[in-house]
Amino acid sequence: MKKFLKVASIVLVIAMLACFASCGGNGDEKEKLIMATNAAFPPYEYKEGDKIVGIDAEIAEAIAKELGMELEIIDTEFGSIVGGVQSGKYDIGMAGMTVTEDRLKSVNFSTSYAKGVQSVIVLEDSKYTSYEDFYTGYDKDGNPNGVIDDLKIGVQQDTTGDIYASDKPEKWGFGEDSVIRYKTGADAVQALIAGKVDCVIIDNEPAKSFVEANEGLKILKTSYVEEDYAIAIAKEDTELLEKINAALEKLTDDGTIPGIIEKYIPAK
Amino acid sequence: MDKLIDNLIIEFNQFVDKFKFVFIEDDRWKWLVEGLGNTLKITAVSLIIGIIIGVLVAAVRSSFDKNRETMKMHGGLGYYALAMLNALCKVYLTIIRGTPVVVQLLIIYFIILRSVSDGNVVAMVCFGINSGAYVAEIFRSGIMSIDEGQFEAGRSLGFNYFQTMRYIIVPQAFKTVLPTLCNEFIVLIKETSIAGYVGIMDLTKAGDLMRGRTYEAFMPLIAVALIYLVIVMILTWAVGKLERRLRKNER
Repeated sequence: MKKFLKVASIVLVIAMLACFASCGGNGDEKEKLIMATNAAFPPYEYKEGDKIVGIDAEIAEAIAKELGMELEIIDTEFGSIVGGVQSGKYDIGMAGMTVTEDRLKSVNFSTSYAKGVQSVIVLEDSKYTSYEDFYTGYDKDGNPNGVIDDLKIGVQQDTTGDIYASDKPEKWGFGEDSVIRYKTGADAVQALIAGKVDCVIIDNEPAKSFVEANEGLKILKTSYVEEDYAIAIAKEDTELLEKINAALEKLTDDGTIPGIIEKYIPAK
Repeated sequence: MDKLIDNLIIEFNQFVDKFKFVFIEDDRWKWLVEGLGNTLKITAVSLIIGIIIGVLVAAVRSSFDKNRETMKMHGGLGYYALAMLNALCKVYLTIIRGTPVVVQLLIIYFIILRSVSDGNVVAMVCFGINSGAYVAEIFRSGIMSIDEGQFEAGRSLGFNYFQTMRYIIVPQAFKTVLPTLCNEFIVLIKETSIAGYVGIMDLTKAGDLMRGRTYEAFMPLIAVALIYLVIVMILTWAVGKLERRLRKNER
């Protein structure tokens, strides 16, 4: 009996050690997936205390889990994300980012995981009813050929709203001189409330949050641009691109991604 | 050797291509010109506002410091008026020097000058008020550094307080503070680089924008840095020249 106990306890100790070793080993082996974002874009990414949360953060977490990697989120300026991904500083860039020609020159994009709409916010008593009111007339092809005097449009610097709005009127922008660029969307909205700009062009979801949080604002019924959000990945890293696309497909099919989006943007 | 030269040519061509992409394409260099213009405009106007505020505040503060004893002896309204002004100036100095200029800019833009929609005007007022506080203390240190004997000599020649200041103290004080003043102007030029916070297209913002649009960090940042450097070098050279001229009578 004593001998049996002795053997049993030795076996138990060995089993426990083996377990510890294997557990520790697993923890160290997990590769890191570094994601760059700009956590000032609710509901896609924003800060709750010290933590970065939102649609992008949760989708990235789900992708990392799918790939067996550990997610690390880095908060940086929106304009620095693509450059950082290109140079390999970050593995992926996820910040409610639209695929544009200029961005495609520097990085690859995954398939789209969400739809973005550029909305126009104005004061409640604004005389404008649509962004088309900003144009003075159209040429024979139906493209605008001028904007009204003293038009001031507030945007968040380097976002798609900024890029589209500061294009020439012929390309459905409002011209460089009409655009005032702020560091954050909140600053642009503050400027709108103070009467420094006529409207703010920004993504629909943050626009909704801003209108909800501030009295006397409304979103114009006609949206300015509609676009698809995707994940930026370095050009050389085609392996990661394929893996992420596969993960996105799987997570969309099993309802994970629609669930996350539904959680932050309840369909009304 | 040939290979080395070939490589150099390839590198050079790549550099030229990148340069074209960053600065020439879409007329992006125009941002730099516009930004430089705004930076110079904001700096020049706030410099003038700063000097005016600085002279006034320094005059009040140093008059009070110099005449406190005698005026207290005579008493009367003059003493209390000056004491009040002095206290006010001290509050101004404490607030302006005690808070970061970015915060001041945001406060002026979003709260105090809410109804002014021209960002440049807001920046000029903000940097002018900010610079005034530092210039005031620089001027005061200059005035206080002149020996009391000079002042007494002026008074014994029959000059009154203001004449003594105007003809004897201030000219000497100005020479002393010039290098420090130049330092403050250099700081001011570079401080305007935060104007982008309130949507103003200054030089730094122009570089930022190029960076955001081209996803190239190197060229826009180096270009902006070089432009600032050249402005400061020109200013330093000009002030150095003025300094030498003012010192001519010392030989």
